[in-house]
Amino acid sequence: MAVLVIADHDNATLKDNTHKVVTAAQGIGGDVDILVAGTNVAAVAAEAAKIAGVRKVLTAESAELGQGLAEAVADLIVGLAPGYDAILTPATSQGKNFSPRVAAKLDVAQISDVTEVVSADTFTHPIYAGNAMETVQSSDAKKVLTVRPTAFKAAAEGGSAKVESVAAPAAPAKTKFVDQKIVKSARPELGAAKIVVSGGRAMGSAEEFQKVIEPLADKLGAAVGASRAAVDAGYAPNDYQVGQTGKVVAPELYVAIGISGAIQHLAGMKDSKVIVAINKDPDAPIFQVADFGLVADYKAAVPELMSALG
Amino acid sequence: MKVLVPVKRVIDYNVKARVKADQTGVDLANVKMSMNPFCEIAVEEAVRLKEKGAATEVVAVSVGPTQAQETLRTALAMGADRAILVQTDQDLEPLAVAKVLKAVIAEEAPELVLMGKQAIDGDNNAVGQMLSALLDWPQATFASEVTIGGGKATVTREVDGGLQTIDVTLPAVVTADLRLNEPRYASLPNIMKAKKKPLDVKELGSLGVDTAPRLKVVKVTEPAKRSAGIKVETAGDLVSNLKTAGVL
Repeated sequence: MAVLVIADHDNATLKDNTHKVVTAAQGIGGDVDILVAGTNVAAVAAEAAKIAGVRKVLTAESAELGQGLAEAVADLIVGLAPGYDAILTPATSQGKNFSPRVAAKLDVAQISDVTEVVSADTFTHPIYAGNAMETVQSSDAKKVLTVRPTAFKAAAEGGSAKVESVAAPAAPAKTKFVDQKIVKSARPELGAAKIVVSGGRAMGSAEEFQKVIEPLADKLGAAVGASRAAVDAGYAPNDYQVGQTGKVVAPELYVAIGISGAIQHLAGMKDSKVIVAINKDPDAPIFQVADFGLVADYKAAVPELMSALG
Repeated sequence: MKVLVPVKRVIDYNVKARVKADQTGVDLANVKMSMNPFCEIAVEEAVRLKEKGAATEVVAVSVGPTQAQETLRTALAMGADRAILVQTDQDLEPLAVAKVLKAVIAEEAPELVLMGKQAIDGDNNAVGQMLSALLDWPQATFASEVTIGGGKATVTREVDGGLQTIDVTLPAVVTADLRLNEPRYASLPNIMKAKKKPLDVKELGSLGVDTAPRLKVVKVTEPAKRSAGIKVETAGDLVSNLKTAGVL
């Protein structure tokens, strides 16, 4: 048995998601290798080699791999697939982009967003935005999975795997990279943040949303989220949306301010470790999932919270 | 340019999915069903391409039970020109759906496939990428902006932490993300007109595609339940509780 883990990185640093997917791979069993595909990835590969229990780290470099073009990354992985029984990718937007392509080229199913490795061929993953957990057994010879990193503990460091380079595939003929705008926000990314502060329709305006939610998020070092109602009303941009049709988050701490807790919002945040709700309506459904509820008007409660945080 | 838009009939996004007591799946009996929200966005974008003169024909296609005709009628009411139902009562896996769509595409020869990035039932986020791989067409997933011109599509994609823009040579597969547009509501006259638009029904068996499942569902269970916690009186109490819980 051998498992290939596709590293999550930005060509400069290795992301912790990789360590978490290595843990999932170890649950399947056998040798675990890591593939680092990108440009100038020597430093990233050196970090990956330190993850305990890894047999080797493969590197492949080309401009298209660095740009993350799905056709290039998938071709590379399909070329390496004969040596592996399972291919595990973090369920990031980058991983979700190329992994199904790999599965189709190998004529196997993909199991998406795996949250538990039951055995080498049986896996659990959320369906219906986490309102149900489905356990499936795969009859395919090779397993192709995307793994939800928040569901696994990070593998420890302390290893010293060897690093080998493999040839990059030819550049895709029909896809060309134009440009990329990565927001250099001081705030963490919504999907990966340890703390998320979200605002709802109670904010009443975009100005109020910025005035109330953003300073609190910055004080906590948190990402900013919003309910669909707040997004639909134009108080927050669409990429802030937490919920069934937006982003699914599972931070250590989720602070919901002026959010009633519609089903579709709960679906996006109920796996958070600790949930705080501030709402003036004591019957709001959000309180049914909140660990700590404060029945208060956010207009008074948020300034008090800011000063209590010091 | 002909645009093909695959659409899926799913549980309405405002309805909470309930797991069956025998753990075989989710109970869909007497539950409101609607077009998958991401499919609505794809239909809207295709119709806008036609309104702008970039597309000549919009064909909606669904793979599913006979009731999926209602979903196709919704697409027609939004502005699609005609529809195709590949009828089956099997619950097909994404790879099988991609193979069925490939067979439909062999007959229809569209230059663009525009579809939702994922369906809110299985949440697999796989069919578009799989279809593109099977066709050996380029893919542009998670689109927030699509421009057609010069035999290519320029697509701005939602990626982790920002946006990426790529050019894909047509024919191509593009999958829609939330920010691409806000779908219109079909007007009553358009709903009436949609009843007269052509809707072709094919039996799945007639396409000769291998749709055998690769996965066996062992069980479907409720997620771990959260119970309501405590109410605190002041912001200060809240902070001290959070410190005790170790999250601050």
